[in-house]
Amino acid sequence: MLVLNDDQVMLQDAARGFVSEKAPVAALRKIRDEKIADGFDRGLWREMADMGWTGVLVPEDHGGLGFGYVGAGVICEEMGRTLTASPFLSTAVMAATALSRAGSPAQKERWLPAIVAGEAVIATAVDEGRRHDPAGIAMRAERHGNGFRLTGTKTYVVDGQAADAVLVAARTGGAAGEAEGLSLFLVDAKARNLACERLSTLDSRGAVELTFDGVEVTADDVVGEVDDGHELLEMVLGAGRAGLAAELSGTAQESFTRTMAYLKERKQFGRTIGAFQALQHRAAHLFCEVEIARSAVLAALQALDADPAGASLAVSVAKAKASSVARLAAQEAVQMHGGIGMTDAIDIGLFMKRMQVASTLYGDADFHADRVALARGF
Amino acid sequence: MDALDAFRRETRAWLDANCPLEMRTPVAGDDDICWGGRNWTFKSEAQKVWLTRMAARGWTVPGWPKEYGGGGLSHEEVKVLKEEMRAIGARSPLESFGIWMLGPALLAFGSEEQKKEHLPRIARGEIRWCQGYSEPNAGSDLASLQTRADDGGDHFVVTGSKIWTSYADKADMIFCLVRTDFSAPKHLGISFILFDMTWPGVSTKPILLISGKSPFCETFFDGVKVPKANLVGTLNRGWDIAKYLLTHEREMIGGGGGGLLGGRSPGQVAASEIGTDAEGRLADPFLRADAARAEVDALAFAATMTRYKDEAASGGKGVGDKSSVLKYYGTELNKRRYELMMRAAGHEGLEWEGARTNDGERPRGWLRTKANSIEGGTSEVMLDIVAKRLLQLPSA
Repeated sequence: MLVLNDDQVMLQDAARGFVSEKAPVAALRKIRDEKIADGFDRGLWREMADMGWTGVLVPEDHGGLGFGYVGAGVICEEMGRTLTASPFLSTAVMAATALSRAGSPAQKERWLPAIVAGEAVIATAVDEGRRHDPAGIAMRAERHGNGFRLTGTKTYVVDGQAADAVLVAARTGGAAGEAEGLSLFLVDAKARNLACERLSTLDSRGAVELTFDGVEVTADDVVGEVDDGHELLEMVLGAGRAGLAAELSGTAQESFTRTMAYLKERKQFGRTIGAFQALQHRAAHLFCEVEIARSAVLAALQALDADPAGASLAVSVAKAKASSVARLAAQEAVQMHGGIGMTDAIDIGLFMKRMQVASTLYGDADFHADRVALARGF
Repeated sequence: MDALDAFRRETRAWLDANCPLEMRTPVAGDDDICWGGRNWTFKSEAQKVWLTRMAARGWTVPGWPKEYGGGGLSHEEVKVLKEEMRAIGARSPLESFGIWMLGPALLAFGSEEQKKEHLPRIARGEIRWCQGYSEPNAGSDLASLQTRADDGGDHFVVTGSKIWTSYADKADMIFCLVRTDFSAPKHLGISFILFDMTWPGVSTKPILLISGKSPFCETFFDGVKVPKANLVGTLNRGWDIAKYLLTHEREMIGGGGGGLLGGRSPGQVAASEIGTDAEGRLADPFLRADAARAEVDALAFAATMTRYKDEAASGGKGVGDKSSVLKYYGTELNKRRYELMMRAAGHEGLEWEGARTNDGERPRGWLRTKANSIEGGTSEVMLDIVAKRLLQLPSA
C-alpha cells in the first residue's frame, strides 16, 4: 500500500511537532547569524537522539529502532519543512546504512551504539569535482604494509566539519570511470595528514573539503570488501538520495503552503491576488507537481525497505522529481510573493538556498534522469 | 497477509489454466478490444472463451458485489488480480462504459431493481452502453445542457441532441443527462435517465476528427418515450450522479494513455527505432533528454495513481476532487509522450495511409491525444477545480 502505516503516521506527527517547536526556520537563522561552527546545534542533535531518530535505521540489537527507510524519510520530510539543520542524513541515514549493512562486528560495536546515542557524527566523502560522479572517483588507496595509504581530495563533504569519522570512497584498483576497484574506508577525522578546509555554503550548514596526503589506515578500517565497494557505495548513496528527495519534498510542500497563505491574504488591484486566474492556474499546476513528487518519494522509500540493492530506479525517479519540483516551488514562491519574496526578512529565500544544495547533492535532476533512462533501456 | 498470498497463488493457477494463449498478447489496436453488446461479433474463439470464463467468475468487474455479477473481491484482492493478469500479459476480457461509468453510478445511486436489471448484464458484456452528457455549445460547461425530458404521465418525452457520444452508433443503451426543470438554477433541474438506442426517435451520426477517424457521434432525440422507472436517483438531482461519474471519467482518462505504445515508453520505442550508443544511451541526445524527463514524470505519476487509490481504499472513500489532478497531469503527460513519438518517427511519422505505417497509426494517435486535454473537462477546468476546491483559492 502506497500510504503510511499507523506507526509511520505516529512518527510523522511526532516529528512535525518536534521540529516546529524545537527547530523552526528561526533556528537556522541563528546558526547562520551566529556562525555556529558545526553547522547545526549539538543540543538539538542530542534531543533527536532522545527521540530515537538517530537509531531509525540501526537494527534493534545495536540499540536502534530499526524503523526503516520510510521512517527515516518521514523525518527528513519534516526537517525539510522547517529547514532543520542536523547530521541526520550523513550519520543516521548514510553512515548507519553502511555500517549496519556491511560493517565488521568490531565496527558495528564501536559505531552503531554511538550513532544511536547521538555521540558520533560520521560524514561520507564521495565527490571530487564540481559534479556528482561516483564512478569517476580517482582518489587512490595504495596498499601499505597491512593497510592502505589514501591520497587525493574530496570536496563538499557534508557535516565533515563536525565529524568524528569520515566514510571515504577510494580506488584500490581499476581506473576512474570503472565500477570495479572501489573500496570504502572509515577514517578518523583527526587522522594524520588529513587536512580539512571549511566551506561556507549557500544553506548556512557548511561542508568541508578534505585533502588526504598519504593518510594511513589499517585493514580493519575497510567497510565491506576491498575492491568491491561499488554496490555498497550505491546503497549508501541510495539512502542519501532518498533522504534528500524526502527533504526536498518537505521543502516544496512548505514553500507551496506559505505561497498559498500569501495568495489568500495579499490584496492588489482591489482584490485578493489568489482570485486571479493566472495565479490560480500556476498554483494548481504546482500543487499537482508537489503531489507527484510526494508519491515518487514514498515509492522510493518503500522500495528501499523492500530491497535496498534493487531500489535504484525508484530512488532516481524520486531524486529527479523532488529536485525539479522543489526548484519550481521555490521559484514560484519568490515570484508570487513579489518583491518581499526577495528579502532576507522572510524565509522563502532560505528555502530556495537549501533547495539548491539538496537538489545538487548526490546527483541533480539531470544526473538522475540519465540513470532512469538507462535503467529503462534508453 | 497469508490469505492474500493464498489468493495470489490460486489466482495465478486459475489464470494460467483459463486464459487462452491468444489473449496473452497485446491488443493490436481499437479493433482488437472486446466491447460486448447485443450485436457484438467476437474477433476470435479465444476472445469469447476468455470473456465467458472471466464473467462466470465475476472477474470482468472483480470489485463489484457478487449478487450483481461481480467478483466480490476486496481492494487488495483486485490489485493482486490485476498484477497477476499483467504478469502473464493477459488482456482485459471486456472494456465498457458500463463497467467504467454506469456501473459505479448504479451501485451508488440506483434502485435495487435497476441494479439487478443492469449490473449483471454489464458484467457479462451483454449490453453496450454509451454516455449522453455533452451537448453542442455546452463544452466543459456541462450544466448548461438543454436536452429536455417533458412529463408525459408515466413516461418522459425526450427531445434534444448530444455530442461527443463515444460509440453511440454501436451502443445498445444510453445513460443520459436531461433537463427536467427549466425554472430551477441550472445544476438543480437535471435528471439522469436510461434508455434504449433502438427506441423510436433516436438517431446518430458519426463525427470525423482531425485524426481521420473517430469513435464519436452526434446523437439526436426526437420525442423519445422513456418510462419513468428508468430515472436513476431523484428527479432533478441528476447533477449529483453526473459529478460522481465525471470523477470516475477523469480518473480513467488521466490514468489512460499508453495506447499505441503498447506499454512501452517513448524513450524505449525511440531506442528500438533509432538505436543506442555503446553505453545504451539513445543516439539522439536532445530527444533522449526530453524522453528521460518524461519517463521520470510518467513513473512518478504512476506512483501517484497508486497512492491516491490506496489512500481512497484505506479511507473507505473515492478519489474525489483529486481526480482532477490525475486528469490534468495524465492527459498533459500523454500529449508529451506522443510529441516524443512523433520526433522519434521523423519522416515515417508523416505518412497518412499505406500498409507499412498501418495507415499512419502514429500521426493519427498523435492527433487523437490533442483531444485528451479537452474531453472530460479541459485542462483549464481541471486547474480551476484544483484551485477552488483543493486549494480553496477565492473566486474572482
